[in-house]
Amino acid sequence: MKIELTVNARRRSVEVSPDDYLVDTLKKLGYKSVRRGCDTTSCGVCTVLVDGDPIPSCAFLSVRADQRAVTTVEGIPETASALAEEFGQTGADQCGFCNPGIALTVHAMQEKESDTDDETIRRHLVGHLCRCTGYQSQHEAIKAYLGDEK
Amino acid sequence: MKFKTYRRVESLDEAYQLLQEDRKNMVVAGGGWLKMSSRTLETAIDLSALGLDRIVAGEDTIEIGSMTPLSAIEADSGIAALASGILSQAAGAVMGLSFRNLATVGGSVVGKYGFSDVLTPLLAMGAELDFYGEGRISLEAFLKKKGRTADILKSVIVPRSLGPGYFKKVRKTRLDFAALNLAVVTTQRGYRIAVGSRPSAATLGEEAMEILNSADTIDEATIEKAARAVASLKYGDNPRASKAYREHVAYVYTKRAIEEVRDCED
Amino acid sequence: MKKKTFKTVNTQFPSVDGKGIMMGRPAYTDDFAPVDALTIKVLRSPHPFARIASIDTSAAEAMEGVEIVLTHKDFKRNPFTRAGQGYPEPSPHDKFVLDEYVRYVGDEVAAVAAVDEETALSALDAIDVEYEVYEPVLDFESAKGHDSIIHPEKEVYEMFPIGFDPERNVAASYHMEIGDVEQTLAQSDVVVEETFYTQAQAHTMLEPHTVNAHIDYQDRLVLFSATQTPFHVRRILSQTLEVPISRIRVIKPRVGGGFGGKQAIHGEMLAAAVTLRTGRPSKLTYTRQEVFESSYTRHPMRLNIRIGSTKDGRLTALDLQGLSDTGAYGEHALTVYMVTGSKVLPLYNKVDAVRFAGDVVYTNHVSSGAFRGYGAVQGNFALESAIDKVADKLGMDPMALRQKNMILEGETSPIFEVMGEGTEGTAMDMESCKLDYCVKRGMELIGYEEKSPRREVSEHKIRSIGGAIAMQGSGIPYIDMGAATLKLNDDGFFNLTVGATDIGQGSDTILAQIAAEQLEVPLEKMVVYSSDTDLTPFDVGAYASSTTYVSGNAVLKAAQQMRSRLVEEAARSMQTSPEAIIYEDGRFEAEDGSPGIDLGELATKLYYNEDQKQLTTTGSYYGTKSPPPFMVGFVEIEIDRETGELDILDYVSVVDCGTTINPALARGQIEGGIVQGIGMALTEDEHYSKKGKLISKDFLNYKIPDNYTVKKLTTEFADSYEDSGPYGAKSVAEIGIDTPPAALANAVENALGVRIRSLPITPEKIVAALKESRTDT
Repeated sequence: MKIELTVNARRRSVEVSPDDYLVDTLKKLGYKSVRRGCDTTSCGVCTVLVDGDPIPSCAFLSVRADQRAVTTVEGIPETASALAEEFGQTGADQCGFCNPGIALTVHAMQEKESDTDDETIRRHLVGHLCRCTGYQSQHEAIKAYLGDEK
Repeated sequence: MKFKTYRRVESLDEAYQLLQEDRKNMVVAGGGWLKMSSRTLETAIDLSALGLDRIVAGEDTIEIGSMTPLSAIEADSGIAALASGILSQAAGAVMGLSFRNLATVGGSVVGKYGFSDVLTPLLAMGAELDFYGEGRISLEAFLKKKGRTADILKSVIVPRSLGPGYFKKVRKTRLDFAALNLAVVTTQRGYRIAVGSRPSAATLGEEAMEILNSADTIDEATIEKAARAVASLKYGDNPRASKAYREHVAYVYTKRAIEEVRDCED
Repeated sequence: MKKKTFKTVNTQFPSVDGKGIMMGRPAYTDDFAPVDALTIKVLRSPHPFARIASIDTSAAEAMEGVEIVLTHKDFKRNPFTRAGQGYPEPSPHDKFVLDEYVRYVGDEVAAVAAVDEETALSALDAIDVEYEVYEPVLDFESAKGHDSIIHPEKEVYEMFPIGFDPERNVAASYHMEIGDVEQTLAQSDVVVEETFYTQAQAHTMLEPHTVNAHIDYQDRLVLFSATQTPFHVRRILSQTLEVPISRIRVIKPRVGGGFGGKQAIHGEMLAAAVTLRTGRPSKLTYTRQEVFESSYTRHPMRLNIRIGSTKDGRLTALDLQGLSDTGAYGEHALTVYMVTGSKVLPLYNKVDAVRFAGDVVYTNHVSSGAFRGYGAVQGNFALESAIDKVADKLGMDPMALRQKNMILEGETSPIFEVMGEGTEGTAMDMESCKLDYCVKRGMELIGYEEKSPRREVSEHKIRSIGGAIAMQGSGIPYIDMGAATLKLNDDGFFNLTVGATDIGQGSDTILAQIAAEQLEVPLEKMVVYSSDTDLTPFDVGAYASSTTYVSGNAVLKAAQQMRSRLVEEAARSMQTSPEAIIYEDGRFEAEDGSPGIDLGELATKLYYNEDQKQLTTTGSYYGTKSPPPFMVGFVEIEIDRETGELDILDYVSVVDCGTTINPALARGQIEGGIVQGIGMALTEDEHYSKKGKLISKDFLNYKIPDNYTVKKLTTEFADSYEDSGPYGAKSVAEIGIDTPPAALANAVENALGVRIRSLPITPEKIVAALKESRTDT
């Protein structure tokens, strides 16, 4: 079946099977930042925004993206670039495989939450597994990024 | 899970007819666990065009549409005000935020998952389910029914007349399934206690409720008896915890829960 | 000590690639897979131990879109080891590309390459296999001499003596003794004897194992692989598939984490075989289940330790004997086990006698292999748990006991000479060892005096402190080799090409910093590239904490040579002698004050105007010793005395790794290691069904730490300088993982008086131990 969606504000039309997942459809469309980490919605690597909300694209049926707005990290270059600066300051820029997903979650959090205290940051980020950093340097970097943006 | 066709239905009746037509047709709620199944379906039925994702606060109840994502339950201030916010806590305890944006309360309830975190507080709160077809039925009765339902869940209805509550999810890490879920709520008819992830699905601690609700005062001896009763419910082993540890933490947290709820009420 | 003020090293710089990766630019192996690559899927064994009695692939082969189906019949019986180590390998050659035997649930049976994933998966379903099922060996303590022989095939062999005895299910064996342990123990005032168990731990790097292959326009086989060891991959492919090594190119793009899990060969062999046979590009990416079920884990061990002491707390003897489970194949069987002794026991170097021995056995479990801190973390758990027991028996403070007995700067241990990794070792003195400072500073940071051992904070909660010390190494002397090439470009910027493999630890960045420091240029003038077996010089790869020390020294040598070549060229251009040139911050000046020249100008002249030539230098390095980094780890926990649940309030690390080339990246290595160690200590566990199938095969069932697991990490570095290291640096990649298991076990005992001897330390085990201790008394 054919679906129409916008990806990073660009209209796309794509043929999908009823049981295709969004991660594969986005890959097919050439969005290389959308990568697989686990297949059980547990790791956060494949996170994209649908109408502004982070979702695990490995479990989101492509048909459900019909007429909706999908954002990948390619669509938020300012957030990603500014967040990367802060990751670089705290040493959180290790293997980076989880970083595009984190940037998207931070972007969505920024839109939604007026008060981004430590607990809010942890609550939004908890679904993003990272095996490199031990999380604290990421947390500090995200805090610094949100502080700078205010 | 594989399926051949996908139907975004335009009415509950259309969904209902599809479900009756073929056992290989199924309602797909949030779809969070679809990948875990290797079944092949004929038609996946999508209810997302029916406006079932709303939380409506009424005079005596809060009605949560079956397609409401857990993240919306977690964020709803009316639900947070119920029973010390135990349903919000339980919804917020499920995996990561992006998963909770996907997973719906309807999926959690109809799936009768043993590991479901929201079933336990819903059961303790005395929630009712509104099905297209069967009509209203208590969650308690629904959980006791065997097999899968051919009706369509429209909403989950929780009463507003609840006193203080307590919820505990015992788990290894924040992202883990529960080794045990415990919810205690005070209602107009007394204490209600539910235990989930035993590892089988949530059940009421009826004996403990009876002990508490027939006691003149909730003293230490009564609490001890009630906690023993909760610990003697049916538990089992799985990689998250042994039967013995489940019995132990059920006992410990029931004691703490009752004390906390009692002290809140005073 | 040659310490001086640095310009680029010992300074914080963001990773050279952090921004591009965050922005989602193509960087990882799968991002470079050819669009028309065949998808490879592997049929895996449902049995822990069986022989393939018959296999019928005709239906699969007949399917439209299926390009090739490979089974054991398609390969010569040419055993290799996947380990990815220096050559000749100290691991048994016991693996076939595909074999008629399957030795664990998840072992490879057949491979299908098809036009897409769906077709490949359908083809797997169409393969008909009959198994002759054998009794598996699922308990490593009964593996030795078991009736089931896991490697009965005649072709398997050891490359040199490692104690390989496959008929008894022994993959490797080791024994050493210095002094007379039995006699010394008999004469000791106090002897503590304890038995510990450590579990299999999964690496869970976020990028799954992935590889793609194609034949290039020069008819050569090119692989992109998420590997830590591209040069080993090239060699092993060549030897096993009998393709000339000159016809293979292995490219390692950005790797999404490794931790030792990508040291070995995974999908490379099948992808290479498919592409060689079909001539078509192919790709193979492991599912997360395959990563858990069909790669490898940390070696589970049983460790029996005995420690002798005088009554005033002088340790007299250490005796560590154990058993290690290598699973179905023997990757790193000997080396991991040896490190269990050699990177742990020298911590207490003043004992009169020390012994280390044990067997590494085959079982029908997922294979074990390299994993950050290998051996050391298991040995550290046993030793540093037992040291607290000794202190308890002596009535001494456990840190005071450590301070009295631990290794200090200028000292040595006889173990260094006796034990290497797979071979004999190398004698060395501890020219840099600030362990005494680390312990003192760590005690201050955790608030040891006020908080140790325990405080009750509420009716149910107790807070307590636990500590442990650790050491690692910096590469393997005389074995690990790294090389680097610097190329000058016009306008005075450089290409630094290294075989060292950045897998996320930041080695590209720190190696560029070392070169920039020596050449006195800004970091952005150093364009770094790793690694490509065609384009970059040799390096054994990212393992054994070797990159900063070994590859860093190679970079420093290349940069020193480049600097003197530049000075020569500047002298020629300025018509003076090299001795008369002063070079500083990208500018050459003459001592006599005659006009100087900028590096950029000189470089441009060298390519366009004057005596034109390309300046390229290559440095290579192998260690003649392996200076250990040291650290102390202290944890403060809050534990529920009734349920055994605990929170980590703070984990303090004070580390001596010499100079930190990039302090933030060094901190990243330590903190990442600490939290992996905490995962091993508390939540991570491999569960098998009774029939030998892995249950914990996804992130739902295998729980690694998340951002709520640790409330606070406090990380500091000691002021230290290792003369033999690049700008005083030692390596830092592994040591972080070593202390958490023992520190947490010690904290639990300090809080509740119970000792947990098997990892992970779960609330359930704590409650069971509390119940037992109540029954005892």
